[in-house]
Formats: sequence, structure tokens, C-alpha cells
Amino acid sequence: MTSKATSAPTDRQPIVALEGVTKRFPGVVANDSVDLEIRPGEVHVLLGENGAGKSTLIGLLSGLQQPDDGRILVDGTPTAITSPRHALSLGIGTVFQHTMLVPTLTVAENLLLGGPWWQRPRKDSLRAKVDEISKSLGIAIDLDAYASELSLGEQQHVEILRALIRDSRILILDESTSMLTPSGIEELGALMRRLVERGLAIIFITHKLKEAAAFGDRISVLKLGRKVGEIAPERFRTLGEDALVSEFVELMFGKRHGDPEDEFHAPRPSIEGRPPVLSVRGLALAPTAVTPGLTDVSFDIRPGELLGVAGIDGNGQKQLAEVLAGQTPQDGGTIELDGRRVETLPVGARRDAGLRYLTDDRLGEGTVGTFPVSINFFLKQIGTAPFWKHGIEQGAAIDRRARELIREYDVRTPGPQTPVARLSGGNIQKVLLARELADGARVVIFNKPTYGLDLANTLATRKRINDIAASGKGVLLISTDLEELLGLCDRIAVMSGGAIVGTVDNGDDARPAVGRLMIGLAA
Amino acid sequence: MSVDTAPEMSPDLEATEAVETGGLGQAILHRTLLTVGPIVIALVIAGLILVTVGVDPLAYYGYVIQRGLLSPTGIQQTLTRMAPMLFLAAGLIVAFRAGIWNLGVDGQFLLGAVTSAAAAPLLAMVMPAWLAVVIAFVMCTIVAMAWSLVPALLKAYHGVNEIITTLMMTFLGISLANVLVKLVFLDPGTTVPQTRTLPVEDRLPRLFDTTISSGLILGLIAVIAVHLMMTRTSFGLKLRVVGANPRAAVHAGLGVPWLTIGVFALSAGLAGLAGAVDVLGVQGNVRADWNPAYGLAVIPMVFLARLNGFASIAFVLLLSVLSIGGESAARRIGVPNHFTLVLIAIVLIVLAIVEYVDHRYLSARRA
Repeated sequence: MTSKATSAPTDRQPIVALEGVTKRFPGVVANDSVDLEIRPGEVHVLLGENGAGKSTLIGLLSGLQQPDDGRILVDGTPTAITSPRHALSLGIGTVFQHTMLVPTLTVAENLLLGGPWWQRPRKDSLRAKVDEISKSLGIAIDLDAYASELSLGEQQHVEILRALIRDSRILILDESTSMLTPSGIEELGALMRRLVERGLAIIFITHKLKEAAAFGDRISVLKLGRKVGEIAPERFRTLGEDALVSEFVELMFGKRHGDPEDEFHAPRPSIEGRPPVLSVRGLALAPTAVTPGLTDVSFDIRPGELLGVAGIDGNGQKQLAEVLAGQTPQDGGTIELDGRRVETLPVGARRDAGLRYLTDDRLGEGTVGTFPVSINFFLKQIGTAPFWKHGIEQGAAIDRRARELIREYDVRTPGPQTPVARLSGGNIQKVLLARELADGARVVIFNKPTYGLDLANTLATRKRINDIAASGKGVLLISTDLEELLGLCDRIAVMSGGAIVGTVDNGDDARPAVGRLMIGLAA
Repeated sequence: MSVDTAPEMSPDLEATEAVETGGLGQAILHRTLLTVGPIVIALVIAGLILVTVGVDPLAYYGYVIQRGLLSPTGIQQTLTRMAPMLFLAAGLIVAFRAGIWNLGVDGQFLLGAVTSAAAAPLLAMVMPAWLAVVIAFVMCTIVAMAWSLVPALLKAYHGVNEIITTLMMTFLGISLANVLVKLVFLDPGTTVPQTRTLPVEDRLPRLFDTTISSGLILGLIAVIAVHLMMTRTSFGLKLRVVGANPRAAVHAGLGVPWLTIGVFALSAGLAGLAGAVDVLGVQGNVRADWNPAYGLAVIPMVFLARLNGFASIAFVLLLSVLSIGGESAARRIGVPNHFTLVLIAIVLIVLAIVEYVDHRYLSARRA
């Protein structure tokens, strides 16, 4: 905000410039000699897939991490940004993906946090300052509301406000739209526009192509830690949205896709008439204070069939998966696998029988982050031969099989001993795929298998799911992504309030039928 | 550092910090400095405290080392004292690696001690001494395990924080042990409130021609066995999964409640054995109000060793030297016995500070 120059943005000196910045982590080059210039009055979009190095770059700019090579210039002087506090004092404010407000404090108290401890918090001057800023930006903020009462969009406004109060010249927005509703995203776009008009520089991180095209002035595309392209404002303005998006796609993936998500519509050979591999009847689970229950859930999956479960998140899909896997004991109903009742068996026995569950919570429950990749492959087989003999770990056997699985499933890891939490989300998902699909799977339950993955990994995962069904196994695909279900499934069941409210055969008119069921209208 | 040759991390706790430059030798040197450095600094700080109370620190340290490590009787006492501490260390390693904070080892220790002190002299009258000792070992293990059942069940089935429950149970356990000594197992032959005394010839044999109790060997076996169990077996791995990520344990189909109860039983059983080793090897009986509180002193040692069994043996030796030497120094130089605890506390605080400074230094150097 210090710069009041009125000339065109490109004429201004960059506030911050990165020159050949490289950052390495064990096994990964997160940023590989990246050059970047952040100028006032511009929304600079950093576009890239998961693992492209966006977050690391933000870590470097906000003082959380230090570059291994290269330098960062602030106002033309090489500067080591040593801490987040230091970054703030240089005028670099960051709004992280997940809000950092203390929920039990009021907005005003949150904004006053971080002041000198020996001074009384100055609420009055804060109020004046907030009034001034929020009026000029056209946002309304209730200073006396508790942070926990605010919507996610409002919380983000508070965070932006916090950065502005501290006279930030650069505002970093890290995946800020991921938690917002469509109208919240529009609002944020307009807000960014007003902020850059005041001479601020904004770094807007996203992996969504359309947002990049809609909100950016200048765009830098990152791929595997390298900057693979930049579109300057002059060119940015001359291209239409479609032209921009296809240029992004080319930069990010190196080849043109018509619609990259449109790949697997191949109809499966007839599966009619085969006896079901999984047969569920009248499954019931009592709801708890925080989770929905299940009411009379019944369905069949035939060998080679892909049954989708659609529905708004939190309508019992996770509970269904956990009851089927045996993690949560059901209150009623039967589960038959290959004609054999399994509903009373524990998790391990159901797994041995061929019922596999790929959880959506990959780090929370799917893996033990601090344990090596190799052990995580066998987390559900601890104690079994040939990896354990008489209870003694057979390191060589584990290592050999782990290397095979790493090759087979293309897990990008420095080695089998690397802690699994060091891998990117897509590679952790490959570890889970390898674990659940190997050795005798009959029915595989996927819970939001592509959630949070980048496009390349999403497509690879979908191809795997398709291949599993093609090989004659049954698949239950739980997803909140309707495109994914329409692209993969034979039939789609819709869950609402813990019950299956309807099942639709996939076809041309499936989309509206599923949509009607999801919002509570009969098909 | 080339990316492909980045050192592969071992799964254990001690390997989580990455040394950014240099090879393996430098990494070991770095690790050693980080462990020994704080001890030296702590000795200096504790020395300053001694100076302010008018004691020559060099004389004190010299005396502690002399009486705890160098003199023939001192080293024998030190090695004997290690036996119960090693059992406690083994019990703590099991629990902490499984993510369970069994802070009630002192109560379990005392109940084990009282059980063996009550049982062994009576049993020795009717059967061979070795059998009496073995049965006493089994009994004290069972009693200590039973004492851990309340926290174990509460933790396993209701998720009640075991830090609170084990601490509460340790107070009850210490009081119960006293009550038992004073009211139930009182030796009718003396007026002092204590249990019957196991004759010296019936106690655990001494090693060779020394006064060192063979409990030392048992303790070493216990620690090494626990270390190998936790790092090399499927059971140990299951416990570590529960400790590192309980939700992953549920997801993988591990019986978390049973494993939790098993951890409590193992940990408490080893603590009970510690009590038995001390009574059957050294003390011979339990006097009323006797509570050496080894457990609280061993907990920091186990953390300094980063839950590694072999490192724990080294740190228990250090603790033992300090406590035996400190007891002698207390008599001779007049520095209270508890000064060894002050010293250990200073070591821990300095260690934390050094780790922090080292972390800051590493991140600053990367800038």
C-alpha cells in the first residue's frame, strides 16, 4: 500500500523477486531454480497440480522455510526471510488454506493477537482502522462476533483484513477458494480486484484452471517444481477464457486434452445374469450425535460391475463403507461375499475373504505417516507369512515385496524405507491401492478415491478402478464427484440421510435422474 | 547432497531428525554432541549451584564418580542398583512406544515388592529357595498386572486419559503397600513395622565373588528382550501402530482394546518384577514407608535414550552412578541426596534447549 504509483503495473519495480530459487526435501526437489517477480497492482496466479511446488514456494515467501539455492530480493535487496514474523514486517501477509483464527475468541481479539505483550490491546484504534479498510473494500465485518460463528468466507475476510492491518504489500492467498461456495468464490474474486486497485500485490495459488483465468493478471505455471511458463498481463488480456484454459492445460500437461476427464466411457461386457459377488440386505446402524446412521441399505454387486454411490457428503457413505469393511459393527442386516455371510467377521477376516476397503482418509487412518512405505504396504497383514515368521519380522522379504509393489504401482518414493508421510497425496494413494488390490481382492470399496488428487493422478486412479472391474471384481465406488460416477459406473445408487433413495442405470438420462434423487425428488 | 543418495530413514523415533549435510560419520558425531553436550553443560550449571551453597563442585563430582564408579564397593552397588531400574526402563519402553503413558510404575513397583516380600520368606520355609523365588516373581507380576487393570480397562473401552488414572493409582498403590506392610504382612518377630526378611542365602545369587546381584543380568535381559520385541516382532509392530496412529490400527483391523490392555499388563508386570528384583536380590524385606521412587527417576532416562533399549541401559548406568555416588556424597559432603534429581532435571532442561537451538541453527544455516 506504500506504492501509490499510477503508471501501468508492468512499469513498477517488483516488490519481491525470486532468482533461481531451489528448495530440496529428502527425495524431492520441491522448487527447481524458480524465477518469479511479484509486482504491485497485479494478481499473480501460481497454477500447478498437487506436488508442483506451490506450497513450498509460499513457505519460502512467508518465512517458514529457507531456500537451498538462489536468492529472494525484497525491494531489490537480497533478503533472507527468516521467520513468519519477519515476513510480516517486510509486508508479506499470508492467508493459509485452512483458517488460522482462534474459534473461541472474537474477531477483534483475533486481530489483536500478536501485538507486543507488554501493551494493552488497543481496541479503539483497531476499530477505526478496520472501519476504514472494510469500508473501502466493501466488506462487512462484525468485530464482536466469535470466530467460530463466522462462515468460511467471512473467516477468510478476517484473515485478509488481518494482513492489511499490518500494512502488507503482498497478500498470499493459498488455495483460498477450496473451502468456499461458488458465490463466495465470486466475492473473493471481486475483493482481489479491489485490493490490487489499491496497489497491493496478490499471489493467488490454485490448481483450478477456470479460477486462474478468471481472476489473474499474470500467471506462472509450475510443474514438478519447475516454472514451465508465464503469461504476462498484456497477453493475458488478449486471450479469452477458453484459449487461456487450453494454454494452461498445454503448459501443465504438455499435451492437449479435449476434456481430460472424459476418458472412460467404454461400455463393459454384459454382466447380467451372473450371481452377485457382494450382496447386502437391510444394513442398519444407529446414528450418533455426530455421524448419520444407516437405514435398510440393500444392494447387489455382480462380478465385473461398478456400482456407484452418489450423494452429498455426510449422508452415511463413510458409515456404509466402514460397516462393510468391519470397522464399525452394524446394528442389523446381512452382508454376503461370494454367497458366504461375513457380517460377523472382523476386519482382517473380511479382508482375507477378498473384501477390501480403500479409505478416503489416507493419512488419518489409511497409513502410519512416520512408518516406512514398506511397512505401510503390509499394515493390514502384520504377522502373516512370508513377511513375518513365528512373529519375527523378515526384513528382506518385506523389502523385496515392497520394491515390487513400488514398481508395479509406480509409487514415486526415494526408497521403501522413506516415511510414507513424506510422499505426495497421489503417491500415498498408490501405496493404498497397492495394499488393497494385491493378492486376492474380490470386492473393492473405494471411498472418494480421487479426492484431493491432481489431474494426472486422478486419471491414473480412475483407470485403475476401471481395470479392477474389467478383471471381474466387484467395485463399490463412493464419490461426491458426479462426473466421476457417470464416467465409470454401471449403476449409481444415491444415498440421502443414511438410506439409498434410488438406483439409476448409467446412461444418457442418468445425470438428471441422479441429480433429482440427490436433492430429494423422486427419480 | 544429491537427491538419490539421501539417507533412508529408519522407522524409529530416533531417526526423525535429518542432518542436512555431511555423511554418516558426521551424523553420528552430531548426535553424540547433542547427547553429551547437554550433560556437560548441566554439570557446569549444577556446579554453579553447588558453589553458591558453598560446596566445591569438583570435590563433589570427584567424590560421586569415585564412590559411584571407581571404588570397588561403589561400582558393585551401582551395578546392583541398576537391576530394578532396568526392569522399570523395560516396562516404560513398552508403554511409551505403544503411546501409553504409564506413569504409575512406582505404585506397581511397590505392590510387586510387597507381594514378593510377603510371599518369598513363607514359601522358602516349605520349598527350595529357588522355587520360592520363582513363585514370588510370578505372584508379584500378577499383582502388578492386576493393579494396572483399572486404568487399562478405562483406557481401552472408554478412552479415559491414562496419565490421570495411572498417577491416581500410584498414590493408592503406595498407600495400599504401606497398609499391607503395617497390618497384614507384619513380621511378628520384630517391633519395627516391616515384612518378614528373606535370609541372605535364599536371595537371588550374587555374581561370582562380588556383591553384585544377579538381578542385573535379569534386568539387562529384560531391556534387550523388550527392545527386540518392539523393533523386530509383529506384536511389537502392532503396539507401535497403536501408539503412532490408533485410527490406522482400527482401520487395519487390530484389536486395539486388547492390545491396550496387553501393553498395560506388560508394562505393569515389568514394574512389579522390578520391585521383586530389588526385594529378593538386595533388600530382603519391605519396611513400612519405603518408597525409593525409582520410576520417576527412570522416566527421564528413558526419554533421554529416545526409547531405545540399548541407550536406556547406558542412561540407567549414569543414573545409578549418580544416585549411589550421591548417597555417599550426602553423608560425606553434606549435599542432600536429592541433589542428583536436581542434576537430572537440569540435564533434561538443557537437553530441550540444546535441541531447540540446534534446530534453529540448522534452519538458519540453510538460509
